[in-house]
Amino acid sequence: MQSCEDSGVIKTIRCIVCPTGCEIEVKEKPDGEVEFEGYTCKRGLDYAKQEFYEPKRVLTTTIRVENGFLPLVPVRVDKAIAKAKLNDALDIIANTIIKAPIKMGDILIENIAGEDANIIASRDLPILEE
Amino acid sequence: MKQYETDVAIIGGGAAGLASAIEIKKGGLEPLILERDVELGGILLQCIHAGFGLTEFNTELTGPEYAQKFINNALEKQIAYKLDTMVIEITQDKKIYAVNNEEGLIEIQAKAIILAMGCRERTRGAINIPGFRPSGIYTAGQAQRFVNIEGYLPGRTYVILGSGDIGMIMARRLTWEGCNVKAVVEIQPYVSGLIRNQVQCLEDYGIPLITGFTVTKIHGKDRLKGVTVSKVDRNFDRIIGTDRFFECDTLLLSVGLIPENELTLQAGAEISSMGGPIVDNNLETTLEGVFACGNVLQVHDLVDLVSAEAKRAGQNAVKYVNERYKKKMEKKGQIICIAGENVNYVKPDRINISDLDEEIIFTFRVKKPDRRIQVQIKDETNREIYKRKKRYVIPSEMIELKLNPEKYEIDPTCSQLVLEVIPVKEPLIDEEEEE
Ligand SMILES: Cc1cc2nc3c(=O)[nH]c(=O)nc-3n(C[C@H](O)[C@H](O)[C@H](O)COP(=O)(O)OP(=O)(O)OC[C@H]3O[C@@H](n4cnc5c(N)ncnc54)[C@H](O)[C@@H]3O)c2cc1C
Ligand code: SF4
Repeated sequence: MQSCEDSGVIKTIRCIVCPTGCEIEVKEKPDGEVEFEGYTCKRGLDYAKQEFYEPKRVLTTTIRVENGFLPLVPVRVDKAIAKAKLNDALDIIANTIIKAPIKMGDILIENIAGEDANIIASRDLPILEE
Repeated sequence: MKQYETDVAIIGGGAAGLASAIEIKKGGLEPLILERDVELGGILLQCIHAGFGLTEFNTELTGPEYAQKFINNALEKQIAYKLDTMVIEITQDKKIYAVNNEEGLIEIQAKAIILAMGCRERTRGAINIPGFRPSGIYTAGQAQRFVNIEGYLPGRTYVILGSGDIGMIMARRLTWEGCNVKAVVEIQPYVSGLIRNQVQCLEDYGIPLITGFTVTKIHGKDRLKGVTVSKVDRNFDRIIGTDRFFECDTLLLSVGLIPENELTLQAGAEISSMGGPIVDNNLETTLEGVFACGNVLQVHDLVDLVSAEAKRAGQNAVKYVNERYKKKMEKKGQIICIAGENVNYVKPDRINISDLDEEIIFTFRVKKPDRRIQVQIKDETNREIYKRKKRYVIPSEMIELKLNPEKYEIDPTCSQLVLEVIPVKEPLIDEEEEE
């Protein structure tokens, strides 16, 4: 993101917490202190701080399944991980194959990309019966 | 032909069908779910992203998780269901004809019926883009099913038409699968889905969102080679000289959902002009004892509201079987509900005068986004029955209003109610904190 020298705005974050969608400006004062402006409520400020210092995302994708009723099982992280680690996590998942049967909530990959979060199954997946 | 009997037959085993079945079982009657797919769960099973269940379970679940919780509940309650069973006909005396591989044609005699068939996606025919019909054009929901359930990619390079949530979520999903999404193109001057999806599905990956544009030409004869998009004027006519070409092998259409009306129409229920059957405040269609809920009634954006609506349909079906089934009831009149200024449609279409002492739940969508507005309900004498200020309304959000009879009185002699969304001039003091 381009920094805008005179106003000191270093980033504009659109709050996604509610549909109002406030634009929150992150400003750096001459003394180096960071300020947030434009939020309407505390939830927006919290979000903007998180998004500025350590953006996180909830990863949801699928993992290949061997001998399952379906070829894929939908999965999710059990807590949000650093946005910067999404690609690492996706690479690990792309190289993983799981055996059926699977139950919702089963931990399929532990501690994904060193993020202290697990990849868990989003549904039950029985074995394919011939 | 095999014959079955049940108290309440439920057509469709998605979020709506499951919630209504559970409610019917709780009410002491036997439901039977008829589902054409090979498993219960409906559209939720392919919506693998998070964002479901905030009101119902107070936590953010994925679509499959939300479905699984309802499926587990239904199985625990030993609710009867038939999979791989496609309903093809409903008769006036509530006989249902369906087909499945094992039994062929079957007949089910029900006392009441719940329509819960969900919705379908608008396709290219519904929007009319000139050009050949090469392969490589899918609806966003079809692509979602291929990628998330069947496990293959319909192409490598994409343009997505429509900035609804499904389109934007698919843009991210395909990017995660290593595909290249060139652009999301939206005919309206504004994004139609949630800001959250705009930020987390498009902006995070630098996918351009081009508003005020639409696809005006399809290139390629056998396989799609690209699309031309052009800026449009207020009437959505192409503005000459604004063409841009995007090379892509796949075009995804995310241009809207419409209730699955075929069976409803065939059964003889009246359909409202916005699609979906006409219902009264009990979610009963114009056919006695036939109820509708979920996306077959109106397209929902939140599954939690589908579940809540389906519970009501289930409860009302139980009430019908216990109190009105095969009884001659004296018919009291109805009040017609009309969509006024900036309101696209309103449900229910009618309110029974005999039910005015009960809570009435209205659901509606606006036509255009607006800020600082007032939602109001008036009767034909212009008497104000209800008003509420709101900071923000968007067409993609279905809005629910609950009218408590102790607080808001509807005159039983009135014949119609008009629901309107009008701008307010004075600075808005929040009457309601936005969630
Ligand atoms: C792609 C997409 C993304 C969404 N994302 C979100 C989200 O992020 N958050 C959220 O809260 N909500 C979301 N929603 C909304 C919500 O999930 C749906 O509105 C809800 O799941 C619909 O439930 P339903 O039971 O009405 O329909 P469906 O789930 O579509 O169920 C209808 C069922 O009826 C069956 N059926 C149809 N016709 C017949 C027949 N003739 N015979 C037998 N069976 C039949 C179908 O096979 C299907 O299983 C999304 C919806 C869609 C479409
Ligand atoms: S700052 Fe508050 S009001 Fe503004 S979008 Fe965020 S949550 Fe909504």
